[in-house]
Amino acid sequence: MKDVRADFPQLNRMIHGKRLIYLDSTATSLKPRQVIAKEQEYYTTYCANIFRGIYTTSEEATAAYELARTKVARFIGASTSDEIVFTRNASESINVVMNALSRTNLHGCEIATTIMEHHSNFVPWQQLALGFGVTFRVWNVDASGTLSLKDLEKFVTKKTKLLAVTAVSNVLGTINPIRQICHIAKRMNPHCLVLVDAAQAVPHMKINVKDWDADIVAFSSHKMLGPTGVGVLWGKKELLEEFSPYQYGGEMIKEVHVDRTVFADPPHKFEAGTPHIAGVIGLGAAVDYLEKIGMDAIRNHEIEISDYALKALATVKGITVYGPTNAKDRGGVIAFTMKGTHAHDIAQLLNEDNVCIRAGHHCAMPLHEFLKIPATARASFYVYTTKSDVDALVDGLEKIKKIFQ
Amino acid sequence: MDLYRELILDHYKHPRNFGHLEKPDVVVEEGNVTCGDRIVMEIKSKVESRKSKVIEAIRFNGEGCAISQASASMLTEKVKGMKLLPIKKMSVLDIETMLGVTLTPSRVKCATLPLEVLHKAIATI
Repeated sequence: MKDVRADFPQLNRMIHGKRLIYLDSTATSLKPRQVIAKEQEYYTTYCANIFRGIYTTSEEATAAYELARTKVARFIGASTSDEIVFTRNASESINVVMNALSRTNLHGCEIATTIMEHHSNFVPWQQLALGFGVTFRVWNVDASGTLSLKDLEKFVTKKTKLLAVTAVSNVLGTINPIRQICHIAKRMNPHCLVLVDAAQAVPHMKINVKDWDADIVAFSSHKMLGPTGVGVLWGKKELLEEFSPYQYGGEMIKEVHVDRTVFADPPHKFEAGTPHIAGVIGLGAAVDYLEKIGMDAIRNHEIEISDYALKALATVKGITVYGPTNAKDRGGVIAFTMKGTHAHDIAQLLNEDNVCIRAGHHCAMPLHEFLKIPATARASFYVYTTKSDVDALVDGLEKIKKIFQ
Repeated sequence: MDLYRELILDHYKHPRNFGHLEKPDVVVEEGNVTCGDRIVMEIKSKVESRKSKVIEAIRFNGEGCAISQASASMLTEKVKGMKLLPIKKMSVLDIETMLGVTLTPSRVKCATLPLEVLHKAIATI
């Protein structure tokens, strides 16, 4: 893959005279200047509200906003841009669906998810189940950190209303076989909805929602080089038509009378109020940027870096790495523990050399409880990560080991 | 690096007053779920005068980062034999002075967890 580091202004930042080594892209990615410039373009040349102005700049803003929707639709293989709803983040995308289900009859239903979910795809379902007194089921991983498809045949029943599953674990890195999961779930129960949390997949690999045959897919802009404050919800058209609105207000209506309201069609039905116009336009630029590099090139780069990192970490005594052992079976994220040293101490000491990693439960407490570890340290990679970044991590870990021995 | 000075590492590797008391008056456990730190304090108090009680014996156990464990270890050393009232008045500043470091915002919770547990414990005495 061509070197893209020059596009990321923050990589030039020096702290205490040392360069920044950013290994926390799973939390949020850095932003290329092309995305920053596109957001700035909106604010400096056609800043206006969308949909309602009959003047040039408003029409330009509307066109730019809707063009971003078309780009996102094409990027994930949606049939039409009407299937793309802009939200605040992936969590809100999931809450839109949770809210819609909460207005249906859930009596006697089961809601299912997996132990490796981010809280954003766990808590909404747990709370929905608790609120309605319906069964909440959790699909566990095996010792290697993978979900067994054989278990799925027993897991999804005729009562399963929804199966919520992540495409890539933000801790273990496990890439789940979403196509097979959708296939088996539908075979066991054709009415079971499958919601895929693709926040860790869309930024890092080519995905196609139709190939997956999922019903709903959620992800966020800020993990894929785009601005914060924008999330995406993709849903099959007929589902989005059926779902109740999430919020009420401006922009989401066709007609309002004193005694009734006719809602707009999807996606606008779910976009009440003025959205994050600049952010959405910036996301469009992020899609352009990713497509220019090529998703296959990005995936291959991450496999190469992960493979290098897994081998390098294996040389550090006392390190335990979680999740699949082969880089090809995992996304560019590695969670690990170090014997005798808490993850927070690791993160704090690495920060002395500007090595930015994450420590804690990474919004996946049920998984950490299941694995019986209080916290892990996590390094994650993206388009701008180099082998020398990984070397800095490993050098830092060796230094920490000496301090704690 | 200052945060991991010798004294703190020494308390982390060789915690003082670690373990259990035989017959504690009070046992309080608190965790910091975001980092997975957990501290249990066991206290035995005695009446020193008509008006005040002092901590006669104290032990802690649990697990967590070096900062939380060292803070617990140093705190137990400090409060042993102390009257309850001045302990109640201790704050994050006293913890910083005790550790001899300036805490960054993300580590304040680690360092003050033992004091929180201690405050909760003596409130019941």
